[in-house]
Amino acid sequence: MALLQITEPGQAVDPHQRKRAAGLDLGTTNSLIASVREGVAETLPDEQGRHMLPSVVRYASGGIIVGDEALTEAVNDSMNTIVSVKRLMGRGIEDLATLGDQLPYRFSASEGGMPRIETISGSVTPVEVSAEILRTLVDRASATLDGDLDGVVITVPAYFDDAQRQATKDAAQLAGVNVLRLLNEPTAAAIAYGLDSGSEGVIAIYDLGGGTFDISLLRLRKGVFEVLATGGDSALGGDDFDRAIAGWIVEQSGYAKPLATEQLRGLLMASRAIKESLTDNAKVDIDFDRDGVQFKGALDRATFDELVAPLVDASIKACRRAVRDAGVELGDIHNVVLVGGSTRVPQVIDQVANYFGKTPLNNMDPDKVVAVGAAVQANILVGNKPDDEMLLLDVLPLSLGLETVGGLAEKVISRNTAIPTERAQEFTTYKDGQTAMLIHVLQGERELVADCRSLARFELTGIPPMVAGAAKIEVMFNVDADGLLSVSARETSTGTQASVEVKPSYGLTDEEITSMLQASFEHATEDANQRSLMEARVESGRVIEALGNALAEDGAALLMESDIQALQQAIEKLGSLSEGEDHLAISEGTELLGRASEEFASLRMDAAVRKALAGRNIEEVDKEI
Amino acid sequence: MDFNRNYFEIFGLPVDYAVAEELLADRFLDLQKQVHPDRFAAGTDQEKRLAMQWATLVNTANETLRAPLPRAIYMLELRGVALKHNPALPPSFLMDQIDLREQLEEIEEDEGDLEELDSFRKKMLQAINVVQAKFKEALDEDIDKAERLVYELQFLSKLMVSANRLEEKLLDY
Repeated sequence: MALLQITEPGQAVDPHQRKRAAGLDLGTTNSLIASVREGVAETLPDEQGRHMLPSVVRYASGGIIVGDEALTEAVNDSMNTIVSVKRLMGRGIEDLATLGDQLPYRFSASEGGMPRIETISGSVTPVEVSAEILRTLVDRASATLDGDLDGVVITVPAYFDDAQRQATKDAAQLAGVNVLRLLNEPTAAAIAYGLDSGSEGVIAIYDLGGGTFDISLLRLRKGVFEVLATGGDSALGGDDFDRAIAGWIVEQSGYAKPLATEQLRGLLMASRAIKESLTDNAKVDIDFDRDGVQFKGALDRATFDELVAPLVDASIKACRRAVRDAGVELGDIHNVVLVGGSTRVPQVIDQVANYFGKTPLNNMDPDKVVAVGAAVQANILVGNKPDDEMLLLDVLPLSLGLETVGGLAEKVISRNTAIPTERAQEFTTYKDGQTAMLIHVLQGERELVADCRSLARFELTGIPPMVAGAAKIEVMFNVDADGLLSVSARETSTGTQASVEVKPSYGLTDEEITSMLQASFEHATEDANQRSLMEARVESGRVIEALGNALAEDGAALLMESDIQALQQAIEKLGSLSEGEDHLAISEGTELLGRASEEFASLRMDAAVRKALAGRNIEEVDKEI
Repeated sequence: MDFNRNYFEIFGLPVDYAVAEELLADRFLDLQKQVHPDRFAAGTDQEKRLAMQWATLVNTANETLRAPLPRAIYMLELRGVALKHNPALPPSFLMDQIDLREQLEEIEEDEGDLEELDSFRKKMLQAINVVQAKFKEALDEDIDKAERLVYELQFLSKLMVSANRLEEKLLDY
């Protein structure tokens, strides 16, 4: 690890040197970046020593401003200053009305139904706004760590649906960062705490942020974090506490007219300060006089507790459900961890302690713990700790399904199924001679299509005409380790190759992403060709290094001498190709080497499986593999 | 690599309806430690693809073997028996099922007596255990009987799901 300190920028780098990795907590209100340095995971401050970056982006005539400097203008230039963009991620334009807040932006719809926000410097999508926040943090890390990042882990609420996850990944792609994994926020917190305590057993993570609530139950066993169940409420958070106080103030003041946006904003800011003050004080004096709302008095803890009781109760109810889903008893849970700024509220701590029957842990900064956990995971994933046994097994947070007759949703994969996973469902035609079928992919727990989130719609055409019920349509769902879904469909009875594959992505189409990327290249001084060349070299270098390591480790055991030599020659060839300037040739060479080593990769995987079962009782399995 | 290997073999377990749960859980973790895509996050695309296929297979195998009903269905499948959508079942069994359904509805209409519901669920669990034991025996001796028992198991499991749902409703989960 000391290597990092003595390496001069620009100095030739040993390929086996530590890689630069970071964990990113892309929050609704604030965002953070953390990295493991000298064995310690910590959040990275900016030049002014500020760790938290307000998740605020201002599109000014002079350029884009992110963070504190943008936040100070949020009230004066609200239309061009985007706050809480996370709440818009993966949402359609028609969802905006349901978000509860009056948003001060001018919206228009993009091709994919994603809202675009009109600003002084053109219209932007939530994905682009998020990309600015990501870029700011990544730049900070590159400056601190003296070089470009090799990979990042980005955290998302466990309750994020497929569209929201996809949007987050799109933002990272736009920001030009290599995403090693999307990680659920509570899981990240569990890693931070789990590694800290090192004790095995079931852990509950209660994560109450500004706008969302997550509850996750994990089991730590043999170095593996296994998510047992996850649940929550994507519209429950500290902001609701502020609203409860604001409502109380209005009621006390006797103000009867409906509130204007500015009035509400002022009230909410004051309410938030009152809430925070009530964490350490039993009573807070209030002297509010703004925009016609007048109130002089005090709010004590007991009244505040009453105000927020329904909100806290709703979170405890979600806990009960998750505990049940996990199939554990309350007594099995040996640690309860608090995450998120809103868990500073004493009433929350009391109620959580009361329900779980034990004092929750909150000795780590609830604002930083998610980024810290993500950094630990990023450090492992990037390959800095090859001997580390830690592994994370996550689950699908919300059920996936298809629309069937009568507007009903049929579940194909239920929530809390371990990922990656796949499942096929068979359907048939309902009309004679039917040659096409509409496939509507849904996510959610409700029975009616209207109550679920629509992820994608596509048509399977070219079904051979048959009598109703004779065709067999197989719809295949694949969910990867990030929890992202892809769906394909084919007609199986005749072997007709009628097959469609879609990657649900609410919002940006592939074309939009490409054009955005191109636009950003044009803005940058760097030439697009140069960038492609760099990327091709990075990828070829990765393949060369990975295959070289694999050959050194397992080549002799698994391959014939002649095969080893052939692969080594191919590696050398790609190496010299990479020194050239033709990015297409390098990419092609990388692809070819990949194919040439396919068999070897497969043999290695089998050997790994065999190793996992080594010393077990069934020898014949060994032979069979 | 052979993705067609049966799920028991994947975990190095004997093909037996009585699965050692702890052992299965242990080996599941051991295998995922080797094949999970996170192990190849810095690897080549090809390694990632393989890892993804393997991890998916291991997850599916684990889910199938872990729970009694999917395990039973899978064991029939291994013997070439595919379940029917509308199986013919003995009238006496169906009558019992209707009876049990009615009992459950009565509990719900009774303002949801939790104690009654609890004893109902205990009774169901017992019934499920009995059918499971019979299934294990029938599997090697009378495959038709084994198939019929799986249908019974399906009915009982569905009823159990309804009972659990009712409990969730009564306890306001």
